[in-house]
Amino acid sequence: MEAISHAGTVLGVLAKDGVVLAAEKKVTGKLLDMSGSKEGGYGGSGEKIFLLNSNVISGVAGLTADANSLVNYSRQTAQGHLFNYNDDIPVELLVQRLCDLKQGYTQYGGLRPFGVSILYAGYDPHYQFQLYHSDPSGNYSGWKATCIGANNGTAQSLLKQEYKDDIGIDEAVGLVLRTMSKTMDSTTLGSEKLEFATLTLDADKRPKAKIYKPAEIDALLVKHDLAKKDEDAEMRAA
Amino acid sequence: MDISFALTGKGYVLVAADTTAARSIIKMKSDEDKIKVLSPHLLMAFSGEPGDTVNFAEYVERNLRLYHIRHTYPLRPASAASWIRRSLAESLRSRSPYSVNLLLGGYDTATHTPELYWVDYLGTMTSVPFGAHGYGSYFALSLLDRYHDPEAGLEEGLAALRRCIDEVSKRLVVSPGKYKVKVVDKDGVREIEL
Repeated sequence: MEAISHAGTVLGVLAKDGVVLAAEKKVTGKLLDMSGSKEGGYGGSGEKIFLLNSNVISGVAGLTADANSLVNYSRQTAQGHLFNYNDDIPVELLVQRLCDLKQGYTQYGGLRPFGVSILYAGYDPHYQFQLYHSDPSGNYSGWKATCIGANNGTAQSLLKQEYKDDIGIDEAVGLVLRTMSKTMDSTTLGSEKLEFATLTLDADKRPKAKIYKPAEIDALLVKHDLAKKDEDAEMRAA
Repeated sequence: MDISFALTGKGYVLVAADTTAARSIIKMKSDEDKIKVLSPHLLMAFSGEPGDTVNFAEYVERNLRLYHIRHTYPLRPASAASWIRRSLAESLRSRSPYSVNLLLGGYDTATHTPELYWVDYLGTMTSVPFGAHGYGSYFALSLLDRYHDPEAGLEEGLAALRRCIDEVSKRLVVSPGKYKVKVVDKDGVREIEL
């Protein structure tokens, strides 16, 4: 629990036609080689936001090694469901399965629980778009907008003020970026500090997860007027 | 010797099966229900080796019930059919395989569509607009090719079903006397008197 409150912020907002996830990357340095994350895979640097299944993305806060293990477990669970039932796993079921695992480590002595909180953004035909949060004890709950990690109190109250019930995906993207820029320790937002992902429906009404590549994040920030150059201009104006 | 038919219509699936339980050339019973209600919107007509059929049907029924209790909502028809197919395919490759053929009729409450699956003991599964198992299939499939309409109302669907049953009574040497008919639609499952 302690580790999580220091971990990079992860923020999620549920819209009527999609879900948005954003995460702050804490460990960055000039010498860390990020060239691998620019192009390959399905986007993102693979540090905090992961694709769990074609209909679920997650943002993790806490111990990275533990998180990787949980991500691996949930991917296997989701594929197991696909194997047995020939259908994407319902989001709540996946969350439940992961929480069962997490709860197990709180019950038996000698083992350390997973030090990870997770936000899940998903879609299934039962409940359409969904946003869940689970903590290391194995509790989980569904949210319209929530936040985990450092400064989660500030972000939660900001979200509470600004969230509207019939928010669309574009507004949700704006809300997430604005909240993120206000809660992050650093004053400037940029792709080296931020991971970003959305889950929407494609033309065939199938869930489409998009984890943004660094260049796409920078473009998005420029579009929402939150990019770095912004601050220099403000400084000059002041 | 069991005969079962099923056909889809506008917002419903009709499933019919004869009610004869026979052993060798002897009729033991004439009111056997060979259509199981697996969940609020799922029906399964089963035929094949006596004993295997009921055993397998109850196994499926209880597993789907367990899923429903665990996850508060039941499996959707497509997922349930996939699971059942896999069970049969695994059984086929075991020491004592089940010889059971199935017709699965369901109504998907998430997408509001009626769905019908034809499954045999070899683990073949296909989604079909109408289907049949047993000797009745030799008559019913050609009749339904001609008279089935996926947009038909319940009365028209029942008329098509009656044609199949009448043809079997007329032409089949060992035709059964009685059928049980069940329908599944948005309101769930109910039995219909022909």
